[in-house]
Amino acid sequence: MDQGIATSPHIGDRPRPKKNYLNETKGFWSWAATLDHKRIGIMYLVGVLTSFLMGGIFALLVRLTLLTPSHKLFGKVLLTAEQYNRVFTLHGAIMVFLFIIPAIPASLGNFVLPLMLGAKDVAFPRLNLFSFYLWLTGAIMAIAAMVFGAVDTGWTFYTPYSTTTDGPVTLMTAAVFVLGFSSIFTGLNFIATVHKLRAPGMGWFDLPLFIWGIYATAIIQVLATPVLGITLVLLMLERSFGIGIFDPRIGGDPVLFQHFFWFYSHPAVYIMILPGMAIISELIPTFSQKTIFGYRAIAYSSVSLALVSFIVWGHHMFVAGQSQLATVVFSALTFLVAIPSGVKMFNWMLTMHKGNIKLDTPMLYAISFLTMFAIGGLTGIFLGTLATDVHLTDTYFVVAHFHYVMVGSTVTAFIGGLHYWWPKMTGRMYSEAWGRVGCALWNIGFNMTFLTQFFLGSKGMPRRYYNYLDQFQPLHAFSTVGSWILGLGLFITAAYLLASLRKPMDAPDNPWNGTTLEWKTSSPPIMHNFEEQPVLEREPYDYRPVLVAK
Amino acid sequence: MSTTSVDLQTHGHPAAHAGEHAHDPHHQHHFTTMEQQFDTSKIGMWLFLATEVLLFGGLFVGFGMMQARYPREFVEAHTHLVRWQGALNTVVLLISSFTMVLAVQAAKKSEKGKQVLFLGLTILCACIFLVVKYFEYSHKYEEGWLPGRFYSYKGDSIPACHAAPPGEAAAAAPAANAAPCTNGYATFFSFYFMMTGLHGFHILAGIAVLTWILFRAKRGEFSASYYTPVDLVGLYWHLVDLIWIYLFPLYYLIQ
Amino acid sequence: MSHPAELTAIPAHAHEHEHDHGGTGVYAKTLIGLLILTAITVAAASFDFGQGNVVIALFVATIKASLVVLFFMHLRWDKPVNAIIAMAGFLFLGVFIMFCLLDFNARNNYLPSNLHPVPDMPLAPGTAPAGEVLHTNPAAAAEGGEKK
Repeated sequence: MDQGIATSPHIGDRPRPKKNYLNETKGFWSWAATLDHKRIGIMYLVGVLTSFLMGGIFALLVRLTLLTPSHKLFGKVLLTAEQYNRVFTLHGAIMVFLFIIPAIPASLGNFVLPLMLGAKDVAFPRLNLFSFYLWLTGAIMAIAAMVFGAVDTGWTFYTPYSTTTDGPVTLMTAAVFVLGFSSIFTGLNFIATVHKLRAPGMGWFDLPLFIWGIYATAIIQVLATPVLGITLVLLMLERSFGIGIFDPRIGGDPVLFQHFFWFYSHPAVYIMILPGMAIISELIPTFSQKTIFGYRAIAYSSVSLALVSFIVWGHHMFVAGQSQLATVVFSALTFLVAIPSGVKMFNWMLTMHKGNIKLDTPMLYAISFLTMFAIGGLTGIFLGTLATDVHLTDTYFVVAHFHYVMVGSTVTAFIGGLHYWWPKMTGRMYSEAWGRVGCALWNIGFNMTFLTQFFLGSKGMPRRYYNYLDQFQPLHAFSTVGSWILGLGLFITAAYLLASLRKPMDAPDNPWNGTTLEWKTSSPPIMHNFEEQPVLEREPYDYRPVLVAK
Repeated sequence: MSTTSVDLQTHGHPAAHAGEHAHDPHHQHHFTTMEQQFDTSKIGMWLFLATEVLLFGGLFVGFGMMQARYPREFVEAHTHLVRWQGALNTVVLLISSFTMVLAVQAAKKSEKGKQVLFLGLTILCACIFLVVKYFEYSHKYEEGWLPGRFYSYKGDSIPACHAAPPGEAAAAAPAANAAPCTNGYATFFSFYFMMTGLHGFHILAGIAVLTWILFRAKRGEFSASYYTPVDLVGLYWHLVDLIWIYLFPLYYLIQ
Repeated sequence: MSHPAELTAIPAHAHEHEHDHGGTGVYAKTLIGLLILTAITVAAASFDFGQGNVVIALFVATIKASLVVLFFMHLRWDKPVNAIIAMAGFLFLGVFIMFCLLDFNARNNYLPSNLHPVPDMPLAPGTAPAGEVLHTNPAAAAEGGEKK
């Protein structure tokens, strides 16, 4: 443009500070007893990714067992029916409670939220560290339950099977109870932080949409998780004291357990998707270099999604024995909850329209999200429709639906966000070429594995079943091969990300020309985040060039 | 870049501010002012109380559903609860909330003697509550009004069922002409012990925290410029009172 | 959002303004109100109002709870955000119990749209049931005059 006006994001970058949050203090205790939200975020990241690996191995084992109806691999039965039940339960419980619920809020959220607000830390740093240790304790308890023979109830612990089956059910539910409190305290911390620790000049409608998404998630974490806590306590007491609430042989109501369980677990799936959507709301404007379309609509839709998520839980119980009246009411409300999600989809696409689109790896994941969430979200509506649900419930259709939203959407967004903030967190750039390879394999592998399962389900293959009719074998085999490609893609992604850590720290402060406050500090940030308290002066997502005199 | 900035010294206070008052030892560095810190702490505490409402609330929901399922048994079972003991406990807790609020007020006014007095009275009330609870519980134990499969009272109008331990379902199927039995009484006492037990546990935790605050108050830690812990513990204590305000009529007064 | 100048003002008695709302007098009156309400609720329990008993008991309990929340817990004078948080907790608890009771009270009440008579399927030859026949369609059973 004109002489004297520079628009490159790199002009005006400060010299890289020698000390940053990674090297300022050293040694085991400087990490184990840290109060720095960035370090806590990194510890969570390592923890949740390890859990993802564990849960993923169990998934591969499940798919391998289902490769043929004989369950044999190289002539030997891979898992007995009993073992199979335990393996898919472990897959579900680890993925849900150890990985996906904490993943984005506790790792990326912890790292990025205070930076985006222009704050020095979260509201309650000691509580933050305590949340991490609660997560770690719950994870260790869950692993211990695995060692003691694991549980075969499915991750949903339905009664009366869970109150009467043998195995370490009490230990497993106690682990989930502890993990639940980790989630509650993280949410509590984030709500207080967003209310009180914003930079001067940052009103509610100046907040980045990532913050709105995390804030909405935190509302659910605080209000829904305690009910899971009490549900698990009641389950444990039913097992040990026979209190008579859930087991019909002693006068209880098994459907009541499902009401208790799903009152939390439905909002919980919004704990999973809202942070994913929050990330997409950052990636799309940045990589379209265009302001977000409908900022307020996305902000309001995030909070309304959180609130409406509390009144639809019965759609998990249409054939469970719930009254017909409740069934009809919950189905109608379920259609309502699709509206805010739809609003976001349109806003994201309209943001891209006529934008200056850059197809860097984070954006490739964001675009993948749009396709996968479209499929996942729409199939959710099919399941919320009573007439179709009667046929599709408890089949692979449901399995495919929730993998499209939890994995195809949330995990895709998580990986995209990880790539987006990788230079900020580590000070290094990963290999863009390998990034594309990883994303391609992710897309191919994921769709091969799970699109197939929609067909399996609509043809009648029930979920959680060990045995199946021979006619389902080709589809099962196709899905299993897809899981290998999926695994390969993730392995490659992990490999090049880890390889980048061996490069020197040379990532710029703002490699993507982002507008949010975390890009105003160094990559990686200094211990106290900002050298000077930033004061917000631009609207969010204002990509007009910054005029800097040379 | 184009952000203007407030020039801050290393520990986060605006430069002009540094000479005005000594740095409060309780001021955490990620907060700009003590007032911001106090307001944030309050929000944090209210959020925690909201989680407690939902935690206990789950038990209230369970109780409500079971009451709808066994209306007769619940009414009959509740006659075993001694009304005047429940009422006494209600009064004791209400008074303890009053003394708690006076303790917070004394802290706000930097009156050390009154803080200690009122905190002590609050703890005393809490202990009286637990003593009354002890008498109630031991009476239940003597009579066999115990939760779930430990229920052994024999004087009900419909006899209580005794379920087999888990795993022996087939062997324990009742004979075709077995007399009708009910699980309602056992369920009532399951809920009675769960809810008053969890509530009692919160009272105990409250006594522990109040004692700690009492010692800190004796040391003169709290004053008008910093009384946050007293205020927050007070909020927790009032919640414990609130839960009992709902527990009392549902358990002791239903007809 | 506060200007730098405001950040500097931390007088020793910053929270003095919170005292201007009655102090001990208000608290004492609140306690007396609570004790009176307790007496009322205990007295009301000795009369039989049928279903009304639970309603009255919960209504009085809610008034007592409001007194504790507004005055003892200070919400009357606090910033609104705290009240919103408190209300959210009770509101969602209310949602939980409301839907559970909705379900429970409607159990076994078949919706009118589902009650069209379906003829009993004829049994395959040689498969006459040994014991009592269970009808899946209560309307047909009623027509046939058999017990379900």
